[in-house]
Amino acid sequence: MAETSDSGAFVAFERVQKSYDGETLVVKDLNLTMPKGEFLTMLGPSGSGKTTCLMMLAGFETATYGEIKLDGVQINNIPPHKRGIGMVFQNYALFPHMTVAENLSFPLEVRKIGKSDREAKVRRALDMVQMGDFAGRRPAQLSGGQQQRIALARALVFEPELVLMDEPLGALDKQLREHMQFEITRLAHDLGITTVYVTHDQTEALTMSDRVAVFNDGRIQQLAPPDRLYEEPENSFVAQFIGENNTLEGVIKSISGNTCEVQLDDGEVIAARPVNVSEVGQRTRVSIRPERVEMDKSRLQEGAHTLKAEVLEFVYMGDIFRTRLRVAGNSDFVMKTRNAPDQVRLKKGQQVEIGWLPDDCRALDA
Amino acid sequence: MSDTTQNGPMLAADGTPLKRSLARALRRQKLRALLLVAPLLIFVLVTFIAPIADMLFRSVENQIVSDTLPSTTEVLADWEHSTGESPPEPVYEALYYDLFLAAEAKEHTKLGTRLNYEYTGVSSLFRSTGRGLDDLGDDYLDALEEVDDRWGDGDFWYTLMSGSGEADEDLMRAHVKRLRQLTGDALPGKVGFAPSTEIVALLPKTTAAYADFAAYTALVDGDVVAEEDPWESVYVGLMTDLQGADVASYSGPEAEALQAAAEAAADIEYIPLKTFFGDEDEDWLNADIWATVQTYSTKYTSGYFLNAVDLQLTPDGIEARPENQRIYIMLFKRTMFMSLAITFSCIALGYPVAWLLANLPASKANLLMILVLLPFWTSLLVRTSAWKVMLQQQGVINDVLVWLGLVADGNRLVMINNQFGTIVAMTHILLPFMILPLYSVMQGIPPSYLRAAKSLGATNWTAFWRVYFPQSVPGIGAGSILVFILAIGYYITPEIVGGTTGTFISNRIAYHISSSLNWGLGAALGAILLAVVLLLYWAYDRIVGIDNVKLG
Repeated sequence: MAETSDSGAFVAFERVQKSYDGETLVVKDLNLTMPKGEFLTMLGPSGSGKTTCLMMLAGFETATYGEIKLDGVQINNIPPHKRGIGMVFQNYALFPHMTVAENLSFPLEVRKIGKSDREAKVRRALDMVQMGDFAGRRPAQLSGGQQQRIALARALVFEPELVLMDEPLGALDKQLREHMQFEITRLAHDLGITTVYVTHDQTEALTMSDRVAVFNDGRIQQLAPPDRLYEEPENSFVAQFIGENNTLEGVIKSISGNTCEVQLDDGEVIAARPVNVSEVGQRTRVSIRPERVEMDKSRLQEGAHTLKAEVLEFVYMGDIFRTRLRVAGNSDFVMKTRNAPDQVRLKKGQQVEIGWLPDDCRALDA
Repeated sequence: MSDTTQNGPMLAADGTPLKRSLARALRRQKLRALLLVAPLLIFVLVTFIAPIADMLFRSVENQIVSDTLPSTTEVLADWEHSTGESPPEPVYEALYYDLFLAAEAKEHTKLGTRLNYEYTGVSSLFRSTGRGLDDLGDDYLDALEEVDDRWGDGDFWYTLMSGSGEADEDLMRAHVKRLRQLTGDALPGKVGFAPSTEIVALLPKTTAAYADFAAYTALVDGDVVAEEDPWESVYVGLMTDLQGADVASYSGPEAEALQAAAEAAADIEYIPLKTFFGDEDEDWLNADIWATVQTYSTKYTSGYFLNAVDLQLTPDGIEARPENQRIYIMLFKRTMFMSLAITFSCIALGYPVAWLLANLPASKANLLMILVLLPFWTSLLVRTSAWKVMLQQQGVINDVLVWLGLVADGNRLVMINNQFGTIVAMTHILLPFMILPLYSVMQGIPPSYLRAAKSLGATNWTAFWRVYFPQSVPGIGAGSILVFILAIGYYITPEIVGGTTGTFISNRIAYHISSSLNWGLGAALGAILLAVVLLLYWAYDRIVGIDNVKLG
């Protein structure tokens, strides 16, 4: 998680701290390196410090302590306009008094690029986001999705090597958002741009990124590719934050290598995989993904432990069934089953036996 | 379904056209809305629109001349002023009766004041002559009483004038109407007198003068005509009429007394009215005065407006005023220049403050806002007087400069009672009107625009000038319009700190309204000021677009 120094790093945060009021730290000891061309997402609830990190990288906030490096050069004291970093803002920040073409031409003008060159670049950038016909329009005459494309084109038109995006899709409806997610990742990979993307939408983070940094309380909780993040959360915050998750609380009874036994609060003992628990007697939260919960004993290991559960609610969702159960005193335990021809449809009040593979059951911090 | 398939206009469910149905449904709503705004509407109409309309009317209205001297102006119309000779006898005759009635109604001094704006000295001419009008009639009366002492008797005159046969009601009506115009009152009631057509034909001037007397006595004084002794003008009329009238054939009441008087009249010295006026004041023989009366005898005049732009309406057409009387164009120019200077200083001082207000954290911004609004809570007079204390030669600023050794004690700066003082004080007073609209516009500009510009490679200055400033222009526009329009009509501050070189056109308007009482000229100046403001507003709309003005 804390890869302090990497000679090949394009972007590097080293022991960065940030405080606004001199009393509390918004960013606590941030260490992060990114290779060139990577698409990295900073994900976290609001107030977790992710946007502050982005603003420090862009140069709009100064780090209270630590170094921020871009391509090996410390940039802490370089003003934002000299950093050459493209940025897409949450509300697009398209200049309302300029046309689309003037908006795109602006970064080229301040770089004193010749007129013909400028026009060619603007045209290429507009074509890139399929907005070639809109050069003469004003931002107010465009739809949200179109504005989003222009903002993207403007951040890319001066060919920066690093592009920062601050929740750029937050204002779009679901369908458009999914479409733009795809567009952005395609462009980023095609152009080979290094991208730092900030969002609080975990689906966006999982579908777009090479790696995701989950922020909470001013720290990176886990930095990993999406699949590892989902399947192997390293602490209970990540497990809770990414995807849907069931937790059961208890105490570690024994640990041996890759397995441990956990005594749940209602007395049941289950097997789990110890992740960040170290000693017997420690309180723990056991995390199981809803889709890994099984009713079908044939799919469980021989002699696997099962728990009694009562069906509280059964919701038909088309592709899946979502069943809410009461398990070991937890009445928010969710099981997702695929809508297969042989799948049983449970009834409210029905008693079932459920189980899971020990590897899918991770004992995390309490 | 049937509604949508048929041809022709859409019908509502009850078969009436949908449009009418909709209008009816909305009417109640509109009425209610109108009712809600009605108090304000009436208030604005009464206190704002009506005075402005009245003011615009006053700037061209000139009925006083034709109302006060109706016969004179009528006769005078045929006179040719360019000959340089005084008008003929009929004009003076008409003037005598007009002036006599006006003097009785005490309206002649008003006319004198009015004409004095155009020709200096007319005012005293009218006033002094008004006092001497009776003397001529008194002399005639004394002579007539020697023939028959009933000539001084009201009852006798009433009988003589009423005559016999058909009464000339039209003549009486004309005289009552004329009196109404002169006094400006409705004058209800009945005169209770009308001359016979016979006597009107025989003694036209006498009956005319008596009709004036009768109308005035009955309608204004509220007395019975027969009981009152007639005015002196009636004797003048009688003497004039007797110079040529053939009374021998008259057979109406008191015919004998009249014939006796006619006989005696040959022995009484008759003084032509032109001679009489010339004796009263030789200015009455001055053709220039008569030319002025003739020029301003129209009901509406451009004279006030011409005066307001340093021109004058003379009998020979429009002319420039003498060099030493030209002040209004200069005052208009000064007012424009100083208002612009005040507007620009307000922009220069207000823009940074508004920027700070919009960008500081809320707690500090609130404190700053209180400081901005503080002047609003202080009396305008106090603030202006404070500037007087600050800027005068023995004032705070001069004292400090002398103490610092920057200015010699004998050479203190003159900063008040001139343009500089007015601009400083008015900039201070009007600053909030610039800051508030600017602030509200700036608050609506998200800081992300500046950040975006910087991230795109713009320096702080470029980001401000290319991105922030254009978006704050509507605020500048709104603030400038507010400040400029307030400044151009400002009165109190220039009055107090303006001295002679820092006063505005509004001070002159105030002078004409309250001191010189030349309301017509004041109204014309005000109308020009209003036109200038509207013109500038129109120009602003054409150049910047009024849609670009945001007040909040």
